[in-house]
Amino acid sequence: MSAFRWLAERWVMGVALLVLGYLALPVLVVAALSFNRPSNRLSYDFAEFTLDNWRQPCATPEMCDAVLRSVQIGFVSTVVSTVLGTLMAFALVRHRFAGRSGTNLLVFLPMATPELVMGTSLLALFVSAGVPQGFWTVVVAHVMFCLSFVVVTVRARLAGMDRRLEEAAADLYAGPWQAFRLVTLPLVLPGIVAAALLAFSLSFDDFIVTNFNSGTTVTFPMYVWGAAQRGIPPQVNVVGTAMFAIALLLVLLTSVRKGTLLTHSVEEGPPVNNT
Amino acid sequence: MNGMVNESPGGDLRLDGLTKRFGRITAVDGLDLTVAQGSFFALLGPSGCGKTTTLRAVAGLEEPTSGRVLLGDRDITRLRPHRRPVNTVFQSYALFPHLNVHENVAFGLRRRGIRSVDAEVARMLALVRLDGFGPRRPAQLSGGQQQRVALARALINQPQVLLLDEPLGALDLKLRRQMQVELKRLQIEVGTTFVQVTHDQEEAMTMADTVAVMNAGRIEQLGGPADIYEYPATAFVANFLGQSNLLAAEAAGPAGSEVPVTAHGARFSVPADRARADRGAVHLGVRPEKLHLAGTDAGLPAGHQHVAGVVTDASYVGVSTQYLVRTAWGGELSAFVANSGLGGQLPIGASVVAHWDPRHAFLLPREPGHGDRAAGRLDAPVGAAP
Repeated sequence: MSAFRWLAERWVMGVALLVLGYLALPVLVVAALSFNRPSNRLSYDFAEFTLDNWRQPCATPEMCDAVLRSVQIGFVSTVVSTVLGTLMAFALVRHRFAGRSGTNLLVFLPMATPELVMGTSLLALFVSAGVPQGFWTVVVAHVMFCLSFVVVTVRARLAGMDRRLEEAAADLYAGPWQAFRLVTLPLVLPGIVAAALLAFSLSFDDFIVTNFNSGTTVTFPMYVWGAAQRGIPPQVNVVGTAMFAIALLLVLLTSVRKGTLLTHSVEEGPPVNNT
Repeated sequence: MNGMVNESPGGDLRLDGLTKRFGRITAVDGLDLTVAQGSFFALLGPSGCGKTTTLRAVAGLEEPTSGRVLLGDRDITRLRPHRRPVNTVFQSYALFPHLNVHENVAFGLRRRGIRSVDAEVARMLALVRLDGFGPRRPAQLSGGQQQRVALARALINQPQVLLLDEPLGALDLKLRRQMQVELKRLQIEVGTTFVQVTHDQEEAMTMADTVAVMNAGRIEQLGGPADIYEYPATAFVANFLGQSNLLAAEAAGPAGSEVPVTAHGARFSVPADRARADRGAVHLGVRPEKLHLAGTDAGLPAGHQHVAGVVTDASYVGVSTQYLVRTAWGGELSAFVANSGLGGQLPIGASVVAHWDPRHAFLLPREPGHGDRAAGRLDAPVGAAP
C-alpha cells in the first residue's frame, strides 16, 4: 500500500524525467562527439578526448563556407520574413478587410504543405520563369515558409493584447506613432523576437526545400548530407553544439532579464496587498 | 505637445445632439447634456444604455455619427484623443504592464515634453495614498491600488474633464465603499469636472452632484440624486434608482391642488406638484420605505391613505425588514420597516393596513395595458436603509 502511494506520488515526475532525457540525449551525444578524435573517417565511436575540433573548427574549409552561407541566408530570410510577417499579423488582427479570411487560410498553407511538394513546385516555378538557382532563390524559398510561422506567432501575441492600452496611450497625449512605439511595440516585441528566432532556426535547418532550389550554393545541412556519404568531419558536431549553446544562452538571457529564471513569474504570484 | 488645448480656461462640458450608431443599432440617441465645470456628474444606466459610448465620444475614442462635443466654447468633436484636455480612468484601468507605477503616472507628462516629472509624480502618488509604490509593476498591486494608479495617471495631467468608466466595478464591496469616499474627496480637492459612468445606482447617488439616468441611448431623467429619487420622472427611473410600488391607476385631471386617481376600485389622491401625468392611464407610485404598516385602519396619521392586505413574506435584513403585502385585488406591495426597536416583527399571514402620506406618493405616465409594478423584494433597498 505504501509502496503504491510512493509510486502514485512520483510517477509523473519519473515520466517527466524520462521525456526530458529522451529530448536531451541527441544533444548530449552531439556535444560529446564534438570532443572526439575519431579512429577513422566513418567511425561514430568515441575514441579519444580532444579539444582540436574546437580549436580548429574550420579544418575543413568547405564546411565553414557552408555554415557562413547558411548564416547569411538565415539572416536575410529572418529579417525579411519577420518584417513582412509582423506587418501581416497587424493587418490580420487589427483590420477588417476584404479577403481577410482568405489571407488567414493562405498563411496556413505553407505550414500544411509537405516540404517536398513545396520544394519541387518552387523549382518548377524558378525553372519555367528562367530564374537561375542559387543564394537568392534559397532566400525566396525560406522567406516563404518562415513567413507563416512569423505571422502565427506574432498574431497570437497581438491578439492577446488589450486594445485599451493603446486607447489609454492616446488618452494620455501619445500620438499614433508614439502609442505604437511606447506601448504596442514593447508589448508585442517578445512575440516578434520569438518569431525571428523561430524563423532563423527554420531557415538554418532546412534541407529539403533548399536542396531543390539552391543550384550550386551549398548550405550547412546540404554539406552535412553530402559529407555523411564520405564520413562527417567531427567539426560538424562543434557547429551543432555551438548552435545549441547559443540558443540556450539566449533563452537564459531573456529569463534573467525578466527575472523569471528562479522565481515564478510575477503575474502568476498573488498580488501584494498593502492597503 | 503643440496643438494642446490646455491653455483655454476650461468651462462646461456640453453634448449637443450627440448620436452614435453602430450599424443599425443606435447606441446614443440625440443626447443633449451640460455638465457644469467642477461638478461630479454620473451617467447611470443598465449595460447597453449607451453610457460608455457617450463617455468614449467625449474622450475621442469613438467618433459620433452626428452631434457635437463642446468644452467651454471649443468644439472638440473631431479632435483626436491625444489632443483633448480630457483624461480617462478605464474600466479595467489599462495600466501599461511593461512600465512601473512611476512611469505609468508620468506617461502623460512625458508625452507633453515635460522633463522633470519626479516631484509631480510623487505628489500624485501621495494624493492617492500610494507613496513609495513608484518602482512597482502594476501586476504587483492589488485591484484597489491599480485603480488609484489609474486615477493618479489621469489626474496628473490636470485635465479639464476626468472621465471614469465604471471605475469601481472591479473592486469588492468594502473596497468600493472606501474608494467612493476617496474619489469624492479627491474631486473636491482638485476641483476637476468628473464624469462617471456606472450601472451602480448607489455609487451614482453617493458620489455625484448630478445624475443622468440613461436608458436605450437617451436620458430619462437628470438632476440631483435626492430629487430623482424622491420624484422620479418615469417608471424606468422609479425602479432603476431604488425601487417603487407602482399601482396602475386612472386619473381624470387635477381637482384644485390634488389629482384624484382610482386604482383597483379605490380612490386616492396625489398633490398636483407630484404628478408627472394627471389624466388617463397613470402609475401611482410609493417608495417601499414610505409605505407604513399598521394593524388596523383606526388611528392612522391624519391625511394618510391606505390599502388593506395580508403579509405574505418577511425578509429580515438587519437594519430593516422587507415585507410583502398582498392586497385585496391580488397585487403585492413592498414595504421596508426600519428595525428601530419599536414594535415587533409582523408574522406572515397577519392582516395589515399599508398606509402612506400622499405627499410622498407620485404619479407617472403609464402606457395603457401596463399593470402594477411591485418593487422586487430581492433587490437591496438602497437609499431606504435608515
